[in-house]
Amino acid sequence: MRTTRRGSAIAIGAIAAMALVGCAQGTPGDPAATDGGDTGDTGALFEVATDVQLEGSPTFDAMTEAGGVTIGVKEDQPNLGYLDPVTGDRTGFDVDISRWIAASLGFDEEQITFQSIPSANRETAIQNGDIDYYVGTYSITDSRKESIDFAGPYFVTGQGLLVAADSDIASIDDMDGQTVCSATGSTPIQNIRENYPNIETTEFDTYSQCVEALLAGTVQGVTTDEAILIGYAAQDPENLQVVGEPFSEENYGVGLPKDDDALRDHINTLFEENPDIWQAIYDANLGSSGVEGTQPEVDRY
Amino acid sequence: MLDALFGHLDLWGQALWGTVVLFFGGGAIALVLGVIVGGMRVSPVPIARAVGTVYVNLVRNTPLTLIFFLFAFGVPVLVEGDVDFLGLAVWALGLYTATYVAETMRAGINTVPVGQAEAARAIGLPFGQVMSLVILPQAMRAVIPPMMSVFIALLKNTTVAAGFSVLNLGSIRAYMSERGENAMDVLLWVAIIFVALVMLLTLLQSQLERRWKVAR
Repeated sequence: MRTTRRGSAIAIGAIAAMALVGCAQGTPGDPAATDGGDTGDTGALFEVATDVQLEGSPTFDAMTEAGGVTIGVKEDQPNLGYLDPVTGDRTGFDVDISRWIAASLGFDEEQITFQSIPSANRETAIQNGDIDYYVGTYSITDSRKESIDFAGPYFVTGQGLLVAADSDIASIDDMDGQTVCSATGSTPIQNIRENYPNIETTEFDTYSQCVEALLAGTVQGVTTDEAILIGYAAQDPENLQVVGEPFSEENYGVGLPKDDDALRDHINTLFEENPDIWQAIYDANLGSSGVEGTQPEVDRY
Repeated sequence: MLDALFGHLDLWGQALWGTVVLFFGGGAIALVLGVIVGGMRVSPVPIARAVGTVYVNLVRNTPLTLIFFLFAFGVPVLVEGDVDFLGLAVWALGLYTATYVAETMRAGINTVPVGQAEAARAIGLPFGQVMSLVILPQAMRAVIPPMMSVFIALLKNTTVAAGFSVLNLGSIRAYMSERGENAMDVLLWVAIIFVALVMLLTLLQSQLERRWKVAR
């Protein structure tokens, strides 16, 4: 009896320890200036819809009842999903896309509650109803489609490589015997482990820690979706550069509760019918990176 | 639920291996260093007592995560060449847990009546032999339950290394959620594995207790 009781106490302890480890992933990145995507500017890019009706969408019904919308986003990815620790402003391409969707459903900035959710907790947050939808470098994959649904894609990128500006490394093939860093357990690091066995890996909770390690010389490269890396390179172009061609394809979608087809159709239609607004949001956030952005075809699966 | 475990056995194997290496590596360092430091704290040499006290108070009062930070981000700056995060994590865990082992040892030593040490000294044994032949064998018996608690805590503390580039049971949740598994299922399996591992330790404890039992 004593053993069982101790055992269950330890089980709870283990879960709590896991939770603590998970929490650390929310650590915000370094405070640094980001250009573009000012909260004030984007208001002009799209208008808040009025008298929105959306039949058969439980998520929308819940939003209407609550009088607002709760959106899950990232907070440590400059120019994509970023929370300015000083001003508290949320900026970035993903964040503006999520504002645009909220506006199309009839919710203005005042009615939006943003919640920073790290990658590992996204499905759980959507399934538990903590958030109404998630916009934050969320790759559409078949295994994820089993627990949630995706609208979009609204952006296509691929796994890229960030190295020091004075490095000789020109692509992932030059990394043999070197160390590459990415977020713990992320798809990019699993890809490296499986398909590039000669490359050493280092894993930290956040990308900003990896970039720090790169600047300190502990690792020779940082890998993840190129869009995220471009954000870091744009922040510190004197020390960092993105090299090589992307070596995977990632389609970013909007994470939605499973089987809410009405809301999914609404967002897909929104993306399909307004390429000019998409372009304006892209230019405001990622235009300065010098990479041309083209809107991908929506996939109504 | 079952799929979260059996669909990714290779990864679970690697993660379990990471936890086991951290536990035994850190545990070995902690046991050796802890017994030495515990001995230092009761030794007749003032400088040894001072060093032991400073070490225990400094390291034990620092949060484990902070010690990991110093090792994972501080050491690479100081030391040239390749960094082995597994090795750093083992040292971080070992040095941290050694303080608890030392204090547990000291508590055990205090349970041995002073007369025992005096008698041992009276027959001419030096301090080292007083400890190893007379005091420690008796102290060991008293410290088994609290010592096992220290090692159970060590086992669970290994999960902290997940944030510092060491694959273990603490980092598996991030891997699994990228592979589309339900996070709750994964955590439940992690909990079950930890319960099983701790039961092994508990079993070891009762074995040791029985072997070193003194007839009263």
